Amino acid sequence: MTVEIISWVAVGLILAAATIILITRDWRISLGALAVLYLAAFWLVTRHLPIAMGTVKLIAGWMVVAILGMTRLSLTTLDKQEEESFWARGGWFRVVLMIIVALIAAGSSFRMEAAIPGLGLPVIAGSLLLIGAGVVHLGVTSDLLRVTLGLLTLLIGFEILYAALESAILVTGLLAVVNLGLGILGSYLMLAGSAPLESEEEL
Amino acid sequence: MSAPLLWIALPFFVGLFIMFLLRERFAVWVGGGTSVFLALLALFIPIDTALLFGSTSLKIAPSVQFFGRSFELNAADGPLLAIIYGLAALWFFGAEASGAANHFVSLGLMIVSLLTASIAVEPFLYAALLLEMAAMLVIPLLVPPYQKPGRGVVRFIIYQTFAMPFILFSGWMLAGVEASPGDLGTVTLAGVMVSLGFAFLFGVFPLYNWIPMLMEEASPYAVGFLLWALPTFITIFALGFLDRYTWLRTSPQLSNAMLFAGIIMVASGGIFAALQRHIGRIFGYAAITEAGLILLAMGLNTAQVVPIIFLLLIPRGLQLTVWALALSIIKRKAYSLQFSDIQGLARQYPVAVAALVLAHLSMTGFPLLAGFPPRLAIWQELAGQSLLAAFWVFMGMLGLLIAATRTLAVFVMTDEVSAWKLTESWVQMSMLGLGVIGLFIMGFFPQVLQPFIENLPALFERLSQ
Repeated sequence: MTVEIISWVAVGLILAAATIILITRDWRISLGALAVLYLAAFWLVTRHLPIAMGTVKLIAGWMVVAILGMTRLSLTTLDKQEEESFWARGGWFRVVLMIIVALIAAGSSFRMEAAIPGLGLPVIAGSLLLIGAGVVHLGVTSDLLRVTLGLLTLLIGFEILYAALESAILVTGLLAVVNLGLGILGSYLMLAGSAPLESEEEL
Repeated sequence: MSAPLLWIALPFFVGLFIMFLLRERFAVWVGGGTSVFLALLALFIPIDTALLFGSTSLKIAPSVQFFGRSFELNAADGPLLAIIYGLAALWFFGAEASGAANHFVSLGLMIVSLLTASIAVEPFLYAALLLEMAAMLVIPLLVPPYQKPGRGVVRFIIYQTFAMPFILFSGWMLAGVEASPGDLGTVTLAGVMVSLGFAFLFGVFPLYNWIPMLMEEASPYAVGFLLWALPTFITIFALGFLDRYTWLRTSPQLSNAMLFAGIIMVASGGIFAALQRHIGRIFGYAAITEAGLILLAMGLNTAQVVPIIFLLLIPRGLQLTVWALALSIIKRKAYSLQFSDIQGLARQYPVAVAALVLAHLSMTGFPLLAGFPPRLAIWQELAGQSLLAAFWVFMGMLGLLIAATRTLAVFVMTDEVSAWKLTESWVQMSMLGLGVIGLFIMGFFPQVLQPFIENLPALFERLSQ
């Protein structure tokens, strides 16, 4: 029973963190919410995977948060314009989008639980919430950090569900590499264009 | 010594070595040499067969265990590996002539090794993860550190990342469909999942919009490499899917879907190409048309699917290399690649322009060029199944031909009376010349591909029955 309650708390955290990532303009709050998402996902993943394998996902996720945070910290010129307000443009529209995602996830979770018994309602709900939030996020932004956050959110959702279906170590490892790769890629793309052009002769 | 170590681990580590320890001018030779060595090894040394060298016995083991799963490359994979590394060598040797971005060879080798891992991994579904990793490694090639990323590259990575969950889920669902084929709901869902996954991977209409965008914002040579490498391995992955799952192979709905998706890609790619005023975007649309032809060939109801597809894939590698190389050379002079900026360039870059036009014509299926024999085979099969489908494919090819004619006209038109001169370097002329000779050889004597193609159906036994 306690486990079930904690699982639903994790789902609540996922809903709150995914909404914050979608509506906030401050990158620090977004990355903090992403770290919380990884923590909640860790709990849901360990419903079906051993703790050691869940820990791999958690550590990889937090490493991604650190990579993105350090990169964003170095891009100081963009800070001022983004810190003017907490809310992103069209904040209420985004909240409505998240409500729609939550309603769809709530509706689909029961049907999915009936189709694939044994997954657990919190696992399905948390996963669908994240997949929906990721897709919505990718639909409303073209900012590189936001796109990376959207892709990572989508991937976390997928990983929660897939962990219940496939427990191979290789898959866990490759998914961790994909997560890290996306983080590094996001950082690289954010930094690209700020590096000076150097020719071989100059080096 | 095992095959996965040779054809996956070795090129990956050589790529790392080149990236961190070698200068660019040596990178081309080391990377190209490694690829040639691996291609020749795959061609002449059979996997899993003991060979005697004097008193020493040598045998390349077919598999290696990694985190509880195996990577397997069997004797049947030999010709495939020879083709892959042979074409990769062409790209790497061309990198010097193209003046492509730094790290092209090192990243290229790592990408090819990851893609090779995607055809070797068991269970084969995990290939989706390796394809995603390869797609991520392509990004530094497309966006050098000094250039702001454009919309095309962002869309590319989003679509490739979307594909992975669909493929992994569909694989899990297809296993369920095999167990209970009567469950119509699961069958439909699995079909939709696998179709969406491959639609994102292949860039099926309208999900190919990132290709022309990338051609405008990135190095043509790097995009050309991407448009060669990813679709080639995705095709092999898709053939693996069709071969493994009886339901997919025998489903008339799925083969119709592939056929029509292919026709739409060919027709739309060709027609859009005819309307462009940017030679990079024309290249992108031609690559889309080619991917459409592959998809169309997969949807054909014939036992010759595998030979036809590989008859398309091999010349495709050469066409894209020659075309991308010629574009890179021209881009140094006319950065935007707009029609307005390339007028009259044929007088300054005659070899590059000739190679570009010949590669373009080859992709339209012009007789006596490398693209003609596979298109003839497809026409033959397609005309027997649907004349309407054949008409739309013809329209696509006609669109590409119009684009080729417009390109040639723009290259030769000029107000000034300037003398003809050779501006290309000897390395560039040699690479382009060799590529064009290859296009003619494959067009005049398509039977030169027979030694590579004849054993490939063994890789997809059920599909070839």
